Amino acid sequence: MPEPFVSTTSRVISIPRANIDTDQICPARFLKITDKAGLADALFFDWRFTPDGKRRVPPSFIDEPVNAGRQILLAGDNFGAGSSREHAPWALRAWGIRAIVSTSFADIFKGNALKNALLPVVVSAERLAALQALIAAEPDGEWTVDLQAQKVTLPGGESFAFEIDPFARTMILAGTDEIGYVRSKLPAIEAWEAGHPARIDTREGIAAR
Amino acid sequence: MAEKPRTILEKIWDDHVVASDPGAPAILAIDLHLVHEVTSPQAFTGLRERGLRVRKPGQTVATADHSIPTLDPSIPIADELAAKQLRQIDENCREFRIPFHGKGSPTRGIVHVIGPELGLTQPGMTIVCGDSHTATHGAFGALAFGIGTSEIEMVLATQTLLQRKPKTFKVEVTGRLQPGVGAKDIILALIARIGIGGGTGHVFEYTGSAIRALSMEERMTVCNMSIEGGARAGLVAPDETTFAYLKGRSFAPQGAAWDEAVARWRALPSDEGATYDRTIVIDGDGLEPMVTYGTNPGMGVPVTGRIPSPADVEPGARDDLERALAYMGLKPGASIAGQKLDVVFIGSCTNGRIEDMRAAASVLRGRRVASGLRVLVVPGSQQVKKQAESEGLDEIFRSAGAEWRESGCSMCIAMNGDQLEPGEYGISTSNRNFQGRQGMGGRSFLASPLTAAASAVTGVITDPRTLPGVAAKPVAVSRSAAVEAN
Repeated sequence: MPEPFVSTTSRVISIPRANIDTDQICPARFLKITDKAGLADALFFDWRFTPDGKRRVPPSFIDEPVNAGRQILLAGDNFGAGSSREHAPWALRAWGIRAIVSTSFADIFKGNALKNALLPVVVSAERLAALQALIAAEPDGEWTVDLQAQKVTLPGGESFAFEIDPFARTMILAGTDEIGYVRSKLPAIEAWEAGHPARIDTREGIAAR
Repeated sequence: MAEKPRTILEKIWDDHVVASDPGAPAILAIDLHLVHEVTSPQAFTGLRERGLRVRKPGQTVATADHSIPTLDPSIPIADELAAKQLRQIDENCREFRIPFHGKGSPTRGIVHVIGPELGLTQPGMTIVCGDSHTATHGAFGALAFGIGTSEIEMVLATQTLLQRKPKTFKVEVTGRLQPGVGAKDIILALIARIGIGGGTGHVFEYTGSAIRALSMEERMTVCNMSIEGGARAGLVAPDETTFAYLKGRSFAPQGAAWDEAVARWRALPSDEGATYDRTIVIDGDGLEPMVTYGTNPGMGVPVTGRIPSPADVEPGARDDLERALAYMGLKPGASIAGQKLDVVFIGSCTNGRIEDMRAAASVLRGRRVASGLRVLVVPGSQQVKKQAESEGLDEIFRSAGAEWRESGCSMCIAMNGDQLEPGEYGISTSNRNFQGRQGMGGRSFLASPLTAAASAVTGVITDPRTLPGVAAKPVAVSRSAAVEAN
């Protein structure tokens, strides 16, 4: 079961590029695991290492000692494009990221992130540009992303509100699981199914095994 | 009182909403859940930890496609992690009583190829899979979309998902495709126009005369890459082409049930006067074969075109383009045709069906692949493989100097040992050209089977229409492996 999450205060990592796809966040060869182990090391792997396994020079932002422990990521538009792999938010969470600020998120990534209490914070293009300028001027300032208040507070005390799916917000604040919620509706699901018989039976037709 | 006209998406949605609490997402019933080895293990672990069973094993079906080698199946799997993952899907399916089309099964294949060929994919259904290319099944007029592993566990446990209703995006492709231009070119052209985030929050509905004229397999190619345009799903309203494809397939309804089903399916197309949140019109007559030059599927140009220069694009896209061209090692302003290649990959859930094999074979028949080039032809399923072999296509590929493999995702996702080496250039009929997607450091061009096969002959990116005899569109045969094999 997930832990409740209310807010985080942290310095910020900025990746000022758009369309960061899930193949960058967690390359496919790390998807051969059958658990969630080791994914922190897979995060942005190809940006961090050369094909012959050497750490890139200069090191990727993720390997800069100054960025260790930072929990907020500021990224360009359409973060999380591509594959549905939940390994992407798992890897981000395993590394320590708790909130990502961008102008938009790919649909599947956004859903997966919310299920892992990784907050997608959507801002306008103007706001993103201002935040990127702020990071350039003040790279080590601490921001607070507060899910309870739906508010981001910047180093100078300035703050702005953000929208987030209210249901997901409730779930994350309480550390509640969606499966528990839906299972509490099983009587309604069964009643619906009684009036809507299954269209297929995958066990019939040709033998699978 | 007349009802408000609805789109096909709205009809399927309304048909599947079980309940919705105020403020909460709808509980959406799922008709068919497709499962594969890579994204499911942690979901089964979750079920075990909760002490739950799979609620509807008869609405669930599994296969092994992503990490499975495409080599001779009698060779032991060298990659221990892949081998473990493949053992685990088998064990999970046994434990939870899910039908499994696994290694050695004649019906194994890429999950998005076997669903349709078995007749499991049907109009009006809700279909999900832990794979973003689940949109493929939308070709039948189903609402089909990719989900993450938490959602896989949700569907296994409840046969439902919590969902917010997506917006609608009508993609009308007018006119008629020219010879040498196909479904892959339609979808690459759409994504080049709207960008890879253009459809976020929406479901595409593909309409128009150029879409209606497509075979089912071609419609699958178009729908398959909806996610590459940012839309979680894309669909085509069912019609006679759809019904003709489905009739007689293993899991399709039979007898009176067939007639009832067709009557139900005929009510699915969007009503006259239904409105969409967004609309785009693409001139099908004017489309050319498309090729990507960059590191996302939206970076595409006609094969007669040039690689754009960062100076020519809007400032917001400049960084992306500069980075992409640096990774690809390509010169701005150069012609895309003529770029040199090391590898050609023909296969994947986008273009690994029998018609794709026939298209590639129509180019390679009587020709040889360029010297020094590695050409991999990977059928999308064992049934596609069998059908292709019965038509002698494997012999055409081998005689041309290409490799003919067992089915699987293969070099589309490079998890099974089939991959580009660092720095290599590959033209691929798959769906993603992201950095490292087809192997760390590998550089991918996406194109149609015709363009990939023509390029295999010359060793450089080639307009298929320039090869003698290629421009004639391969005969679309909508009834393929499953029916003929049975």
